[in-house]
Amino acid sequence: MNKPYTTIIGLEVHVQLATRSKLFCSCSTRFGSPPNTQTCPVCIGMPGTLPVMNRKAFELSLKTAVALNCEIPRFTKWDRKQYYYPDLPKGYQISQFDLPLSQNGYLPISDSKNQFEPKRIGIIRAHLEEDAGKSMHDEAAGVADSRIDLNRCGTPLLEIVSEPDMRSPAEAKAYLTELKLLLNYLEVSDCNMQEGSLRVDANINLHIDTPEGKIATPIVEVKNMNSFRAVERALEYEAKRQYEVWQETGRKLGDVPKSTHGWDEQAQVTREQRSKEESSDYRYFPDPDLVPVATTDEQIERARASLGELPAALRTRLEQTYNITPYDSDVLVNQGRDMVEYYIEVADACGDGKPASNWIQQDVLRTLGERQIGIAQYGVSAKALGELIGLVKAGKLTTSRGREVLAEMLASGKSAEEAMKGMGIEHLDESALEDLCRELLNANPRIVAEVKEGKQKAIGALIGQAKKKNPNVNPARVREICLELIEKEN
Amino acid sequence: MPISREQVEKVSLLGRLLFSDNELDKMTCQLSDILEYMDLLAEVDTEGVEPMAHALDISDVFRDDEVRPSLDREAALAGAPHRDDECYLVPAVLGEL
Repeated sequence: MNKPYTTIIGLEVHVQLATRSKLFCSCSTRFGSPPNTQTCPVCIGMPGTLPVMNRKAFELSLKTAVALNCEIPRFTKWDRKQYYYPDLPKGYQISQFDLPLSQNGYLPISDSKNQFEPKRIGIIRAHLEEDAGKSMHDEAAGVADSRIDLNRCGTPLLEIVSEPDMRSPAEAKAYLTELKLLLNYLEVSDCNMQEGSLRVDANINLHIDTPEGKIATPIVEVKNMNSFRAVERALEYEAKRQYEVWQETGRKLGDVPKSTHGWDEQAQVTREQRSKEESSDYRYFPDPDLVPVATTDEQIERARASLGELPAALRTRLEQTYNITPYDSDVLVNQGRDMVEYYIEVADACGDGKPASNWIQQDVLRTLGERQIGIAQYGVSAKALGELIGLVKAGKLTTSRGREVLAEMLASGKSAEEAMKGMGIEHLDESALEDLCRELLNANPRIVAEVKEGKQKAIGALIGQAKKKNPNVNPARVREICLELIEKEN
Repeated sequence: MPISREQVEKVSLLGRLLFSDNELDKMTCQLSDILEYMDLLAEVDTEGVEPMAHALDISDVFRDDEVRPSLDREAALAGAPHRDDECYLVPAVLGEL
């Protein structure tokens, strides 16, 4: 469907870095501890304290920035962003203003279902800053006060700001999915949205073609989206809303200040929040408590060397080396590095990438989903699954019989051969199979006659009987042998 | 005047400071004097001098990512004007920032 406008979307993602301690002090970053048990004079802003930068937080930021193809300036510093809010005890947030640790990167996105053309989403900057605390207000209980928990104060966040390069909510979702996957591969964050380790704000407006030329609608920042699906829905809603408001009022970019809307998941609408202060109101200035960091070539090279093979490169390798489709490589790579390693081992063991991919997608993933476990906890080793697939490929087992063997392997931890033995599945050699077929033909002269008259379908009944006599027969082989024998008789 | 009364009003609002009309007049004069004095610095020739980001000529001060004991909650909350057993209490905060 062609819309009368182009949707322009940029995203700001805050990622909690996987450090044990906070950005500027040694308090734990553990989630879910009792309120106000992980604070110290530094993170609750007591006078006379000095913040000292966490080396790991800086290294994880650098690693992410390099993976996002960013330029890494050789000099970076931290600034105070001042605003008053009860969950910000210092009265300012330590962030980065004019000299961020990285800038001008990009993240390629594509869609294995071809909903949009592959493209690069520009990254304006990725910078390191501290998180604020948490305000809790129970409106329902009619309590007058808000409760403040400062455990999260000072937790390291990497803020990743994209260019407004996305042209649809689907592209925004694809960008977020790819970014999260990349962060998982880099092991820089657990990206748990429920626990707030990954937060997304979106900036969106429309470019509308009118007889008087192209006009832009006022930019709206959308917050409060708790899943990627919610981001997609909120942006779909917001684009439609902006178009309707423009039709009603004709308001353009610049006519009204930038506004902030919150996504209401229950009502599936965005609602206006307070107007955004001008950025100059934050009165940034260099934090005199922190010294700058002069990033070296050596640090950047070390970060680059630690990246490992990343999702985009892995997809290409799987497609080229194992001859699977972009859709299949996408499914496997999206499961994470462990799964890709498992797949490669299975494919190498059975010597064929396609069935390895099918078995993992149809059987292994189902079990993992049912049991809510990862591939590391899966009970069948890659080598054992590869062996089983090899047996099926060689025609020694049918796929459905193979599934039963896999279930037994999963239950008992046995190898494919052992499981088959345990289940009484012996491989029938060709002569035994031929004997079985001959026996069936002798017992069913009517079917033989029908086949001779050209009704090959009649063989079906014999296959059923063969399976009854021996559940391990390969139906396709029984059909072939029976037809051959009848042919010979003629 | 290097700073206008409107600017002083805006800055006092951002700083959550409430001044009377008289005080605002006084602040505008005093801040203007300070800024004028600081303008002396503009007379220094800084051609070819790199801007400083910090008063100390050192960089790259890090600590290792190690957890150390935090404050006991009672100690942390001890100075709070209002509190309950677990949290600081503040006048109702409604809506997202």
